[in-house]
Amino acid sequence: MPVLEVSDLHAGYGRSDVLHGLSFSVEDGGITTVLGANGAGKTTLLRALCGLLPVRGSIVLAGTQIAGRPTEAIVRLGVAHVPDGRGTFLNLSTEENLRVGAITRRDRAEVARDFERIYAYFPRLKERRHQQAGTLSGGEQQMLAISRALMLRPRLLLLDEPSFGLAPLVVQDIFRIMRTINAEQKVSMLLVEQNASLALDLANTAYLLETGRVVMSGPAQELRRADNVRQAYLGY
Amino acid sequence: MEAFLHQVLAGLANGAVYASLALALVMIYQSTHHINFAQGEMAMFSTYLAWAMINAGVPYWLAFVSTVLASFVIGVVIERAVIRRVANAPVLTVVVVFIALLVIFNSVAGWIFSYTIKVFPSPFPSQPLFGPYISTHEAGVVGISVLVLTLLYLFFRFTPLGLAMRATAENPVSARLAGIRVGWMLALGWGLAAAIGAVAGMMIASIVYLDPNMLSGVLLYAIAAALLGGIDNPFGAVVGGLAIGVLENLMGAYVVGTELKLTVALAVIIGVLIFRPTGLFGRAFVTRV
Repeated sequence: MPVLEVSDLHAGYGRSDVLHGLSFSVEDGGITTVLGANGAGKTTLLRALCGLLPVRGSIVLAGTQIAGRPTEAIVRLGVAHVPDGRGTFLNLSTEENLRVGAITRRDRAEVARDFERIYAYFPRLKERRHQQAGTLSGGEQQMLAISRALMLRPRLLLLDEPSFGLAPLVVQDIFRIMRTINAEQKVSMLLVEQNASLALDLANTAYLLETGRVVMSGPAQELRRADNVRQAYLGY
Repeated sequence: MEAFLHQVLAGLANGAVYASLALALVMIYQSTHHINFAQGEMAMFSTYLAWAMINAGVPYWLAFVSTVLASFVIGVVIERAVIRRVANAPVLTVVVVFIALLVIFNSVAGWIFSYTIKVFPSPFPSQPLFGPYISTHEAGVVGISVLVLTLLYLFFRFTPLGLAMRATAENPVSARLAGIRVGWMLALGWGLAAAIGAVAGMMIASIVYLDPNMLSGVLLYAIAAALLGGIDNPFGAVVGGLAIGVLENLMGAYVVGTELKLTVALAVIIGVLIFRPTGLFGRAFVTRV
């Protein structure tokens, strides 16, 4: 049973479409990745899913049609987006950033427990919880962005290139924790990545996007073996 | 020496009003990146509402609270009905809208209440309670301003709504992605700014008398204060307000004479913009990529 089902999705900027009739789904509790080169429409896809762009087509989240709804409403239905550029509130402290993530929730005791959970995943954030977020390193800001999204207790986590601009060791760390979070918190993830190797390791299902269309899909391990993916995206 | 002390303290009282109005400017600047030139006229209009109520026999503090609430509503309505429509318009369009609001409030106040100067009562007793150097009203102005500023600080620092408003001002897209209703936060910001302006207006009106133009000069001082403190820094606005108030009074008394007081504010504006555009406490924008 998919948590997200997208069919015939068109979206873009102004009059020019970037996505030309995309269809795919995200398995509940799984990790799905969308691969593609620069300009394939990966970021546009995530922005379209959470209502930051006007769309045509159908987006069904756990049985509810969300296409055309305002971003705030989609977020409140349980879609958390870790945007490119991370969207950190640089002038707020680390802890305040996390509080913003949980701002729509009313279950205070559970929020307090989630703080502890997140500090257990990312001890660095606990050390820096009173520090202004703008002073955190790039890796710490990426951890903060993921944590801020998790504070929403989402059904579906959208991740836009979490590896972007980070040192390989930091990236490995973050991906390892994402796997743990997926297993422990049962949160479904839709991961968009240029680093195909990393993404295919983490994901169960993969889609290959080229100029706004799905050109290939299947289990991540199968895509990894496909010749065109190997040559164009894995480089061997 | 005594005269000097008196000038400083009176300057602090004026400065507290400039600080409040500067804070209103900063709040709107943070979310829209524009200076609301109509802030002073909105406050003046609010003060007339208070005057009308007091004249109709409403007790001062009841009129005070009602005016603050009414101004809040007016601020929210202006944002939702007017400002929202020009949110993505070029800067000049927004400036023209602000100036239009200024002229509208000014002439509507003149039309309803006439342009004759009116006496606005002070809620504080006329006998000096705090020694010979400061009148009770001046001390009251400082007290009320400190109270308003403290309440605002507590609101923004410790309540979820305050946090949501700060998040919205800093990064509206991220705020929206956290599920914050960004449109309402902006409207709320306008409401709060109008409410603060109303308090400032009612406080200064007992010092300068009430007429439709009473705050056009004060707004210049407030702009100078906000720029001096750093246009994006609420704390800076308060410090800037107090500094401008004292500076204005001392320059007026000892250096340039009362006629040229306003020139001091203009000189500060030009000086800050040329030599230190970020103000005393403002941040230069540096982004990590």
